[in-house]
Amino acid sequence: MANKKQPVSRVLGMGPIEPDASGSSRINVGDTERIGSVAGGALLATYGLRRGSFSGLLLATLGGFMVYRGASGYCPMNQALGRNTAEPTVPNQVVDSIEITKSLTINKPREAVYAYWRQLENLPQFMFHLSEVRQLDNKRSHWVAKLSDGLLAKTLGTVEWDAEILEEVDNERLVWKSLADARIDNAGEVRFVDAPNGQGTEVHAVIKYRPPAGQLGGAIMKLFNPAFEEMIKQDLRRFKQLLETGEITTIEGQPSGRKPEQQSDKKPVSEYAKIDEKHESAML
Amino acid sequence: MKALCYNGVGDLRTERVPDPTIINPKDAILRVILSSVCGSDLHLLNGYVPTMREGDIIGHEFMGEVIEIGSEVKTIKKGDRVVVCSILGCGECQYCQSTQWSLCDNSNPHAWIPEKVYGDSPAGIFGYSHAFGGYAGSHADYIRVPYADRGCFVIPEGLPDEAAVFASDAMPTGFMAADLADIQPGNVVAIWGCGGVGQMAIQSAFLLGASRVIAIDREPERLRMAKDISGAEVLDFSKVDIQEALREMTGGRGPDRCIDCVGMESVSEGLDYYYDKAKQFVRLESDRPIVLREAILACRKGGTVSIIGVYGGLVDSIPMGAAMNKALTFRMGQQHGQRYIPRLLEHLQKGELNSRFMLTHKMSLDEGMKGYDLFNKKETMRVVFAPQ
Repeated sequence: MANKKQPVSRVLGMGPIEPDASGSSRINVGDTERIGSVAGGALLATYGLRRGSFSGLLLATLGGFMVYRGASGYCPMNQALGRNTAEPTVPNQVVDSIEITKSLTINKPREAVYAYWRQLENLPQFMFHLSEVRQLDNKRSHWVAKLSDGLLAKTLGTVEWDAEILEEVDNERLVWKSLADARIDNAGEVRFVDAPNGQGTEVHAVIKYRPPAGQLGGAIMKLFNPAFEEMIKQDLRRFKQLLETGEITTIEGQPSGRKPEQQSDKKPVSEYAKIDEKHESAML
Repeated sequence: MKALCYNGVGDLRTERVPDPTIINPKDAILRVILSSVCGSDLHLLNGYVPTMREGDIIGHEFMGEVIEIGSEVKTIKKGDRVVVCSILGCGECQYCQSTQWSLCDNSNPHAWIPEKVYGDSPAGIFGYSHAFGGYAGSHADYIRVPYADRGCFVIPEGLPDEAAVFASDAMPTGFMAADLADIQPGNVVAIWGCGGVGQMAIQSAFLLGASRVIAIDREPERLRMAKDISGAEVLDFSKVDIQEALREMTGGRGPDRCIDCVGMESVSEGLDYYYDKAKQFVRLESDRPIVLREAILACRKGGTVSIIGVYGGLVDSIPMGAAMNKALTFRMGQQHGQRYIPRLLEHLQKGELNSRFMLTHKMSLDEGMKGYDLFNKKETMRVVFAPQ
């Protein structure tokens, strides 16, 4: 169902910047290949969904990605190889961006919060899906993300992109955009505002990304958008924990009566997904 | 180590599990000396909390000896005999710093679960389901205590373990119930529920200036303790009409302050899609918020209703018209233990509060299931486990 409500970033007066449509938002797969991809992907997705568990959901996601490759007409491999099997008559379509807005209040002075964030190398400490951020110069940086544990990660591997800070007001705001040929085109804005009555600093983050690959890709990504939103929220929460308490709240590594194989020590991309699985098995 | 683990509804088992270790710099490890059952554990045991997992160690009311501390623990040291607040507070967020510890922003690693149904997340609680953080509980030989400087309170010399253990939960919860009720000198206070929290609420209400406390229950032994030890006038709701009795006992006015120490059995936190399930639960258990309704109807005009018994989800048929037109004040919340524990330990030492009588049964961890069975049948006030 289409969301008719206006994006919340507009309420905040934020995030006018749109991500470029550089690579993955365009179509470069021909019809025959697209049909094959859709069929194979659908099979995998059906099997995955039938399994019903979260790992089944991951399988379904993989299937989903194959489906989107087919249905959307964008393939990153083709892009990398400079291959384009699409008919030249197909116009270069650009997909709408998906937006995530999250805000949190941190009980620390604005200068401290801003300084920690602006040191972009710090971000992977609380953004667990990032494995590395490297500052190339004062404005440009290189980002390496691991999208997920398990199947999805094995399939997609790591995602890398370069980003550039377009606007920067010390202790107030940062606006960035990914540079050409990003695997996932993205852009965003983070704003730092004094909370009333000395309650610290409000951090408002707006992140926009173009789903890699076409309108169906968009539809599939939208299904996962709540999980991504939750991931961003968790990132901000960990940022707050780190700044306020100096540590990240966790129960990973504590004892329980579960067998060792159930006590995964792996760091989940999002506790959302991890617990969801347990809930499902507990409730169904 | 040995630990009492949840294995499904009504199924607790004493199991061998790995010893806890320091995970974060502000953690401490305690050797558990005493660990009490609590009424709220029954919600878990009876299957009203969907976020329990097999193998979870339960228990949240405890005291013990510090045997290891993390690199950032400053005030607590090895060898200290401490009682630990059952609810975790980081001490640094805006809520902790304004002493609203049970609203801590940071202590629940699974904050996203309650956020789905409550819009916000309360603090983490030891051994109290994954919605409240999934922390390993205290019915074990050892326990990891995060934010140890904030949660651990050194027990004054001479104060026995058996009294101090209840400063973890039952005492601060009961005291907060009375504190929330905003008792003015001379007030008549009615308290529903004479379990551990109810007993402590009765004594605290007197400490805070109540002239009379009327306590309501139906368990003869609990009513006897409320009367003989905590000093309340008592009403057995299985024998008298509570509305009529309270009205007549207060010269037709009604109690100035009403305190609900019972709550609703059916906890229903969970994900969005459990919403309907929760609703069904509530319909099936439609008599559960009976205490809250009663308190609203009984309370005098302009009075205060304090709710400390745990509610988890939705309640039906709350007489909002009565509450509105009688201009009642409602106050509620989980205990902000860290705010009260130091003063409670003092009250215990001076003999102004009495908690030791609540320990009616001491058992080993191996008798965990038996202990909870006794407690569930209300054949005991509090079973307390002595792990080693």
